[in-house]
Amino acid sequence: MDADKPVMVPPVAAKPASWTLRVRQAIDRGLPMDHLLPDRQPYYVGSWVYVFGVITIAALGWVLVSGVVLSFMGPQWWHASSLGRFFNSLHFWSVQLFFIFMVLHLWGQYFMAGWRHGRAATWMIGVVIFGVSILTAFTGYLSQQNFDAQYIAINAKDAMNGAGIGAFFNVLNFGQMYGLHIMLLPVGVTFLVVVHVVMVRMRGVVKPIDAEGSVQA
Amino acid sequence: MDSPASYFHWGFILISMPNLLVIAGMIVLFAMALIVPFPHGKGGEDGRR
Repeated sequence: MDADKPVMVPPVAAKPASWTLRVRQAIDRGLPMDHLLPDRQPYYVGSWVYVFGVITIAALGWVLVSGVVLSFMGPQWWHASSLGRFFNSLHFWSVQLFFIFMVLHLWGQYFMAGWRHGRAATWMIGVVIFGVSILTAFTGYLSQQNFDAQYIAINAKDAMNGAGIGAFFNVLNFGQMYGLHIMLLPVGVTFLVVVHVVMVRMRGVVKPIDAEGSVQA
Repeated sequence: MDSPASYFHWGFILISMPNLLVIAGMIVLFAMALIVPFPHGKGGEDGRR
């Protein structure tokens, strides 16, 4: 008897013609504001392990601020004046904190298998951030404008030539190393960190693994 | 500050004391993060905090 009733077909939402509307709708679906700026977190986020990533971002902020000041004032200032040496030290020690807490964040995500449930790209971008950060720090050591930088460059050139990249990445070329250190590489790290954080906010924090090895509901 | 760092040498393991101390400190910090209770705010009805 139900077969006699007319079938109600739900209206199909027409694809909007405007590309700005399509982009806006895609952002609304993938990253609503309560995901981007949440005021509450799941109960399992109540652990100090989840603080490591935030401290890493805070350290990156100090690295960028002190680096902008150093690049503006120049090597004579950061070597010879007391305030310059302070900012030089601020830059150096915030980098140390950045790497220490990035590795602690990596350990935490490794042991909780943070790549589960569609988060593989988030994990892999984190791996790339780690690699680009090492390259950034290396070019920073080459940009100090002191004997330490010269010692590192003279020794590192053989490794670069042995790897076959010396012609494109010449550690004896101060201009190239300094340019990479203060422009391309920091922009790359910062961009990738923003993408990394946005991807974390889109999917939320991964659920913990219980004692039996299955994922908690 | 300008003198070379002392090294820890045990079998095939050779590492400077500053690097060894940093790694040991990171392991202690990681263990503490797992053990030390996290201060919880007012919990929500849905199990969220």
